Amino acid sequence: MSHGNWLQLPLVFLAAAVLAVPLARWLRLGSILGYLVAGVLIGPAVLALIPESTAIPEVAELGVVLMLFLVGLELEPKRLWAMRRPIFGWGSVQLLGCAAVLTAVGIALGHPWRLSVVVSLGLAMSSTAVALAVLAERNLGRTTAGESILSVALLQDIAAIPVLALVPVLALSGASDDAEGRTWLAGAKAAGAIVVIIFGGRLALRPALRWIAHSKTPEIFTAAALLLVLGTAALMQLVGLSMALGAFLAGVLLAESEYRRELETDLEPFKGLLLGLFFIAVGMGLDLKAVAAQPLFVLSVLAALLICKILVLTGMSKAMKIPLVERPAFVILLAQGGEFGFVVFQLAQSEGMINAAQNSALVAAVALSLALTPLLLTGGDRIMSQKLARLGEKKKRNEAPPVPSPIIIAGSGRYGQVIARMLRANGLEATVLDHDSEAIESLRRFEWTVYYGDATRLDMLRTAGAETARILVIAIDDIAQSVELAELAREHFPQATVVARARNVQHYYQLREAGVDHIERETFDSALMSARSVLELTGMEPHAARRQAMRFRRHNLEVLEQMVPLQRDENALIAAARLGRQQFEQLMAAEREAEDAHRRAQRGGWDRHDVEQDS
Amino acid sequence: MPDSTARDILVLAAHPDLARSHATRTVLDALRASPAADRVELRDLYRLYPDFHVHVEAEQRALEAARLVVMLHPIYWYSMPALQKLWWDEVPRLGWAYGPGGTALHGKDFWLVASTGGGAEAYAPGGHNHHAIGEFLLPYQQSARTCGMSWLQPQILHAAHRATDEEIRAHAELFVKRLEHFPEWCDTAVERSVGDEEAVDFDERPALFSTLGGGAA
Repeated sequence: MSHGNWLQLPLVFLAAAVLAVPLARWLRLGSILGYLVAGVLIGPAVLALIPESTAIPEVAELGVVLMLFLVGLELEPKRLWAMRRPIFGWGSVQLLGCAAVLTAVGIALGHPWRLSVVVSLGLAMSSTAVALAVLAERNLGRTTAGESILSVALLQDIAAIPVLALVPVLALSGASDDAEGRTWLAGAKAAGAIVVIIFGGRLALRPALRWIAHSKTPEIFTAAALLLVLGTAALMQLVGLSMALGAFLAGVLLAESEYRRELETDLEPFKGLLLGLFFIAVGMGLDLKAVAAQPLFVLSVLAALLICKILVLTGMSKAMKIPLVERPAFVILLAQGGEFGFVVFQLAQSEGMINAAQNSALVAAVALSLALTPLLLTGGDRIMSQKLARLGEKKKRNEAPPVPSPIIIAGSGRYGQVIARMLRANGLEATVLDHDSEAIESLRRFEWTVYYGDATRLDMLRTAGAETARILVIAIDDIAQSVELAELAREHFPQATVVARARNVQHYYQLREAGVDHIERETFDSALMSARSVLELTGMEPHAARRQAMRFRRHNLEVLEQMVPLQRDENALIAAARLGRQQFEQLMAAEREAEDAHRRAQRGGWDRHDVEQDS
Repeated sequence: MPDSTARDILVLAAHPDLARSHATRTVLDALRASPAADRVELRDLYRLYPDFHVHVEAEQRALEAARLVVMLHPIYWYSMPALQKLWWDEVPRLGWAYGPGGTALHGKDFWLVASTGGGAEAYAPGGHNHHAIGEFLLPYQQSARTCGMSWLQPQILHAAHRATDEEIRAHAELFVKRLEHFPEWCDTAVERSVGDEEAVDFDERPALFSTLGGGAA
């Protein structure tokens, strides 16, 4: 491989993605279709920019693995356990139902039943990658449809193992006993691997991550996150299980850890790029020649695939009571074929059940169904939006008022902790962000919701819910980061009111310029309290000392505010500060004077004078 | 003559926990929603001074701008809430509001709008408070007088805890209407103490609204 070739691959991929995806989004077709089209264009069928013998599909599969890890991170074990019925119940209904209907069609068209069963099982699978990517793109992850799709996709991943074992058995190529033996062995290995992941994840992962976080090297944490996912995937591949399934399990095990947000944020860009690569690879795999060779066969497979699955899934969505709005997404996202089908067809071909031409036609049909998915979804949305327009009025009335948005506290040091504790004492919960793993550890012992991560990262803030937060408390002690966060908040989360801690006067001004209204200088009030103690010790009455402190505070704040507009001019600032201090001292002296005069006058007895006037 | 563009009425509201108040909050809500709001400077003392640090100069400026000074609060222990009392202790200073040279408040009208826990019948020689409400309000009356302000008949809502929404609303509406029509309704019985040149005109005017509940003051 020449040097030019080494650079050519990433160049072609990146250029194709950068050109095709924004274009597709601009056409409102979604990024996935953009990647697919880019893949078709650079693939062997059209421009042939990529040599066929590259390891791209393997690398690309890591995108799916990372995606499932991230999906797992969103699912606490408790929630996963609660989903066991939809996973095994509805998941089986989908897989077996669709396969049964497709088999029936196959047999009716005169194909042998064994062949029909194998091909149908392959076609009944859906693309986890496309489905979950679309869910994320449309922010449907937490909806009923989103969870149902996830359940079905998970079952398909689990079912992949027995289905692959079934193909040789059905293939009539003999040696079925041997295959059964292998299945048992594989099953034992698989169970062992899952046990390793669960116990390893429980016992070893968190301390390991904490230790790595201690090193305070962000890129090493990222590397550790990648290592974790790839390691799990490798282990699963070793025992013949789905890599994605293993990554998903690892994700679930870390869903309750304090590093969840940080892992999410670190892996997100890798996932995005590799998933893009995955879709490009699918596009490249779309063999247009095979389609051209037997267009009728490909199209009839495609039609059978989509129609049968849509029928089954529509029935399911009704039985599952999925809200009307979400039904098109549920039906269409599961109706497409899946990348797992490719594996089944490959195996069937190697077992001699189908020939190469049939294989490429089936692959083409599945790939076409993937490419059609975004288009079908847009169509489904149109139909649904018309339906919704009719139902809209009714829905509006039924809508509950929005849930009160949370409070985010950035920085869990001494300052942030007092705020958080005071909130909790008043029955309010806050999401706390910090990148000091020790502080987090101590807070978590008191059952706080604390996330490990850099609060000045936009994606991190988003995952912590900044887009819906009502109040953002900036309690971090680094001045530059504090100002950066205030500016980020003003730009991206204007709905949130910022309450900030200022380390000194300069910081106070910077925060004011960043649009923050609620700022406290961290040492000011405690200094005033000490001043009160000193005044009391010199003989002043405690309450009088308090009043003096309050007065000082008020004047000080007034002068501070007056100087905010002068920030850009240093000379004016110094002059104003000097003048302010002078005026302030004069003012305080004048007030003392006035108060003394007041007291003298009262002692002088004005009321006698008043009584005379009255009478 | 009332100047419709200037804020010539100062309302000093004092309730330590407005969120849990019923009567005072209803009155304030009605005020904010009414056309009278345009001529009213509303100062919610517990909101302005949660730390009990009254800004004397700001309060004095507000007083100077007003022709009518209204105090709106619940009666606590036969008197005003603590912050309102602190306001009295600190704002009307010697030489400003009273005593030699203290004429800043002369000629202004003073009106108390309050609510009591006890019913009207409790404020009577035979009732469990043993005295008419007016007797409890003597310190208010004399304080106003010392500052040269005219005492307007207070508007009192008795038994505020037991009052129906209807009764509270009527109380609030009467309050707001009176602010809107100030000084047309001011009592003929108003006692003008020190140097009020306008006092004469009011004698010929009929009262627009009857007083509600009315103490025996």
